[in-house]
Amino acid sequence: MQCPKCHAPMQTYNRNGVQIEQCSGCRGIFLDYGELEALTRLEGQWSQPGPPPGAPQAYPAAPAPAWGAPQHGGHGGHGGHYGHKRQKSFGHMLFSS
Amino acid sequence: MTADVLSALRAEVRAAAHRAADRGTAAHGTASGRSASDRTTARQTTARRITAHRTAARPAAGDACVCGRDTSVLADRPDGTVVRHGGTVAKAHAADTDPAGLAARLAVAAHPALDGVLLPPLAPDAVELDGRPVTFWPYGTPVDRDDPDAAPWEAAATLLAGLHRTPRSALPPDLPPMRGPAKAARALARLRAAGPHPAAAPVLRAWSVLPAWARDEAPAPDTRTLCHGDLHLGQLVRARDGAWLLIDVDDLGGGDPAWDLARPAAWFACGLLPPGEWTRFLTAYREAAGPAVPADSDPWPVLDVPARALAAQTAATAIVKSVAQGRPLDEVELSVIDACDRMASHPPELAGRYET
Repeated sequence: MQCPKCHAPMQTYNRNGVQIEQCSGCRGIFLDYGELEALTRLEGQWSQPGPPPGAPQAYPAAPAPAWGAPQHGGHGGHGGHYGHKRQKSFGHMLFSS
Repeated sequence: MTADVLSALRAEVRAAAHRAADRGTAAHGTASGRSASDRTTARQTTARRITAHRTAARPAAGDACVCGRDTSVLADRPDGTVVRHGGTVAKAHAADTDPAGLAARLAVAAHPALDGVLLPPLAPDAVELDGRPVTFWPYGTPVDRDDPDAAPWEAAATLLAGLHRTPRSALPPDLPPMRGPAKAARALARLRAAGPHPAAAPVLRAWSVLPAWARDEAPAPDTRTLCHGDLHLGQLVRARDGAWLLIDVDDLGGGDPAWDLARPAAWFACGLLPPGEWTRFLTAYREAAGPAVPADSDPWPVLDVPARALAAQTAATAIVKSVAQGRPLDEVELSVIDACDRMASHPPELAGRYET
């Protein structure tokens, strides 16, 4: 579909099971009925208190710059937040200048 | 490169492979020394050993070869065309390559102090082909692009630490500066030349607030450390003995070693490299006594500016590429542009080098 604002093509992404359309031009996001509520619900889950002390965590949180992408501690490099993007970025971006 | 020049380059690599093979017929079996004085002999022997041709086969005319092996094109870009025949690789460098700079960089790669760190060239000098310098190298196995779990993060970090610890006495006096900032500036120039694009504004803004040296508009504050200048996972190959080595001396030179860590740092900051892999890389660099970051405190004060520059360079290259290919930006590319966008609310850490 095309962006209603700038008419650039929109791409569909899956964010935690929620389908969203993002414009490749202005990067505006189009949400279907109920998707905003689903995202709000998921956001609430992220801000829940962390795992109890002693629970296994894949890696300690690494210091990051203020402009860094939000980190989701404990998900490591195998699936979870990074799985899909990790595979995709590894193949093409991590190998070129 | 044009078909006829590429064909000539293929002929060069075939001839080089078979020349090495002819020498190897006599020398095969010679023990290779590892001391500095034996270095040249060792390298020649290694060169002979890695070539696939141990008989006196002769290359035939055209692209066919009597030895029956193909000559494959590993890369064909304006800044580097790489072809392989058996165990020998020939690289045609960019037409605007500075010959003196390339000679100094080749000398570094051939220096005994870089043994086990940089892949040594097969021949100490470049030859010229259609106005482009051509250099010869042993073939090495690249990193597997389809297997992120096998990525050699520790090896990459350890090799960088070794490179950065190279003594000044091993460096030729005319070694040029590391070209990292120049490459980033070129990517941004190409972005401006590509015309307006909705995603260009945050990238240009992120670039504009960087210090002049990071934008290649002033000399780097400190050029005493040997740097690779263009580190990514395509810059490691596995030699015949199984050890990883760094390749590509085109951007090698003196500069801020944090630049070499900044691309993985930027991938991590953009959410493309998981924290665990970034931590493995950083930890291995510190364990190998790499001098770019403080040993036991936050590395970001020194990584911030180069990581911003490399994120801007990556974003600019992605936009230019997407325009040329007539396609929208993909999810990975948008992550880098989003990171540039977030930089606007956080001024760069201009503290620069940490105190020691």
